[in-house]
Amino acid sequence: MNGSGHESTHRAIERVARESYGRLVAYLSSHTRDVASAEDALSTALVAALKAWPRDGVPQNPEAWLLTAARRSFIDLVRHQQVAVASEPTLQLLREEREMTLPAEFPDDRLKLLFVCAHPAIDAAMHTPLMLQAVLGLDAARIAGVFLISPTTMGQRLVRAKTKIRDGGIQFEIPQERELPQRLDAVLEAIYAAFGIGWDDMAGVDQRGRGLAEEAIWLARVLLQLMPREAEARGLLALMLHCEARRPARRGPAGRYVPLSEQDSQQWSLPLIEEAERHLAEASSRGRPGRFQLEAAIQSVHAERARSGHTEWNAIMLFYEQLIRISPTLGTQTGYAAAVAEAKGPEAGLAVLDGIDPAAVSTYQPYWAVRAHLLQLLGKTTEAVDAFDRAIGLAEDPAIRQFLLQRRG
Amino acid sequence: MQFALLIFESPEAFAARNGDGTDSYTAAWRPYYKALVESGAYLAGEPLEVPETGTTVRIKEGKRRVQDGPFADTKEQLGGFIIMELPSLDAALDWAARCPASSTGAVEVRPLAPAAKHRVM
Repeated sequence: MNGSGHESTHRAIERVARESYGRLVAYLSSHTRDVASAEDALSTALVAALKAWPRDGVPQNPEAWLLTAARRSFIDLVRHQQVAVASEPTLQLLREEREMTLPAEFPDDRLKLLFVCAHPAIDAAMHTPLMLQAVLGLDAARIAGVFLISPTTMGQRLVRAKTKIRDGGIQFEIPQERELPQRLDAVLEAIYAAFGIGWDDMAGVDQRGRGLAEEAIWLARVLLQLMPREAEARGLLALMLHCEARRPARRGPAGRYVPLSEQDSQQWSLPLIEEAERHLAEASSRGRPGRFQLEAAIQSVHAERARSGHTEWNAIMLFYEQLIRISPTLGTQTGYAAAVAEAKGPEAGLAVLDGIDPAAVSTYQPYWAVRAHLLQLLGKTTEAVDAFDRAIGLAEDPAIRQFLLQRRG
Repeated sequence: MQFALLIFESPEAFAARNGDGTDSYTAAWRPYYKALVESGAYLAGEPLEVPETGTTVRIKEGKRRVQDGPFADTKEQLGGFIIMELPSLDAALDWAARCPASSTGAVEVRPLAPAAKHRVM
């Protein structure tokens, strides 16, 4: 086999792995609830594919091939564990395998898997890591890097969460109507946490999500494909697409940080903005507003600058007022203060900042960055330098640190 | 819980100590230190002299082996430490991530071991 053929086989495996990973894990674990064994079985199947496909060619239906291989390995795994305690669904799977009954079209249980990952019985801090691993197949080391904990600790926490799913009676099911809004919220939160962008990027936001934006958008697309009528799911996708559209403009030469207000809007991706706008319009037409639609609306106003050349800060301020009513987080309050400052002047913005509990913001970097900026505009130099110092001292991203150092003077 | 941040600095970071303090690395340290102190987590900390000033001692077969230079021959070298009081490792990792050395060198977070101290004191 020549090199390029080899490479294309590898690419085929990568593509199938990416597209089918969550479906296969969801299918294998939905009856047994054993996510860890399903993942192990699938990785064994992927290793087998890496060996067989370059030799025999990529099979006609790569997903079915993987499913067959993964099921076989899953059953081996279960056999190696104590068959005596194997659950009825597992035994059912064993019988099916004996009879070689492979479903031609296996059901897409990813939605159930997403709800399981963000189940209230699972530690909220583990919702996103679980999704990234079980639905997208990211390894613990990569997830640990993003969440800033050691790979060993992340690995242990993932194992603990999966044990809880298996043994804790968490069902693979779509929540009941009355529970659905709250349960869906947890799924959306977890996807957004993977995206890792707090509010807008005026002041320098939490940078831990770097590199996972694409994965988060992928998860949101999967969710929307499964729940096309959920306005907030669509709002979340619109929000992330708007932010993603600005990625090329967020760094200048030599990686210099460029705040949103100074970004060259010609560098924004128009196709992404247009897609975001379509989703936002579709979401709004359902008449069920929510946090993510409001955040997307704020980003949509910012995006408008690419066409009109200016920013309607009054509109942004009004959207923030609605947002604060349903989601009064530090990020929202800080974003609101920045919008008020633009719409009504720095004095008014500073008054909003003064209204936030000082104990809550002692290590919240964006608060100090906005505060420093407003104090500087008001000519309160000494206080501004103090706030800049705080923002610089709390910054994680060297580019943002550099930007603030220059602004401080 | 008490944690140590062990601050490993690059040769460039050590060299910057001879400058006028306006380079971005050195300039970032003062606000970092200030934010740490103001948060209430800071207990103690000291910078170390440059690695070339280090001398390493071993006793091998009963004899002193004295070696000019630091213990480990790596690119990044221990340049100082900070001791902090924090509720969790996660909070300590946050402070490690904010440390200017973490984007140019490396910062190791280690819990202090009070039990080990009590055994010998």
